Amino acid sequence: MEQYINLFIRAAFVENLALTFFLGMCTFLAISKRVETAIGLGLAVVAVQAVTVPVNYLISHYLLSAGALAWAGLPDIDLSFLGLVSYIGVIAALVQILEMTLDRHFPKLYNALGIFLPLITVNCAILGGSLFMVERQYNFAQSVTYGLGSGFGWAVALIALAGIREKLRYSDVPDGLQGLGITFIIVGLMSLGFMGLSGIQL
Amino acid sequence: MAEARKVLIDPLIDTNPVTLQVLGICSALAVTTSLLPALMMCIALTSVAALSGAAISSIRHRIPNNIRIIVQMTIIASFVIVVDQMLKAYAFETSRQLSVFVGLIITNCIILGRAEAFAMSNGIGMSFLDGIGNGLGYSIVLLAVATVRELFGAGSLMGFEILPLTGNGGWYEANGLMLLPPSAFFIIGLLIWVIRTARPKQVEKPEYQIHEVHRTEVI
Repeated sequence: MEQYINLFIRAAFVENLALTFFLGMCTFLAISKRVETAIGLGLAVVAVQAVTVPVNYLISHYLLSAGALAWAGLPDIDLSFLGLVSYIGVIAALVQILEMTLDRHFPKLYNALGIFLPLITVNCAILGGSLFMVERQYNFAQSVTYGLGSGFGWAVALIALAGIREKLRYSDVPDGLQGLGITFIIVGLMSLGFMGLSGIQL
Repeated sequence: MAEARKVLIDPLIDTNPVTLQVLGICSALAVTTSLLPALMMCIALTSVAALSGAAISSIRHRIPNNIRIIVQMTIIASFVIVVDQMLKAYAFETSRQLSVFVGLIITNCIILGRAEAFAMSNGIGMSFLDGIGNGLGYSIVLLAVATVRELFGAGSLMGFEILPLTGNGGWYEANGLMLLPPSAFFIIGLLIWVIRTARPKQVEKPEYQIHEVHRTEVI
């Protein structure tokens, strides 16, 4: 159990996808102007991440990696080069399914998320999570934990940045730094703060 | 001809994908700790952008509108797999350093963004040039950031020593912050400041202003 708590905290804070691996930056910068929308998008990312990482684990482990097709009597086949296409396909399909389920059963949440749901397909944090899972050879339970933890960390960073940017409207920023420029510098400072967690051994 | 030049040159500074359109930032920050992987990444991204632009443009009249994103993603993913396998075959060390970021070219918004905004409504040749132009615009930012980070963080460029480090008996004390993630944000932030000071047209209007009386020069 302790191992999983460890992995969760490491995925969420020490190896924060947004602030140490720069994943999902485009959405991170674009959708962080208001706290409310940031919370909606953050929740959607946690949900998608927690589902796609384990599903992609199953696909890579039972279909694609070298010798994975042994159960079908084909032990010599190595399909790992098809990884990228399958992962992105799974992500696109799952986002679509999530969208339809929410639309049918939770219309209120669906309306709140609006345009962000389809955008999650091209959020590199999601694909990045799956690729890290493959690269670090997590097992199934670890990949569930990693998916939850990394999604949570990304959402926390997004909401924190949105909070800072709301306050920032009242500050006198030099013209050239207005908007994008100052946001980059704030994210840099946040990332510096998150680095303070990197020495933690649990 | 003039139009082709415009398509190729404009994305370098005037409509730069990274600093103005806010596209493709993830990898622009992650692979820039040293110059060589950054260079590889630029070549990979530019070739994928150009080829996928041309491919998508060539079948643009046949793609049904409501599944176009999935079609575009599949085409892009196929090109990325080709590039990924080439890197693994011919530059294995660099491809290890780039880690997951070659795969992440698929979700790089520059490629999907240009496919959606340009390739779907323009001819094959133009889309190819647009891909190259945007790839180069991205490369300029990437190489500038990587140069600063490797030079001041490790005292070298492309692995060759430029500033002799104190550790090796030289005079330069390496700035470790440059190799850490936050520095990439600072450098791009400052780069945006420089570009927008030179091109005031790109400056964003502030959402809210307190000192309107003192700051008449903005309005």
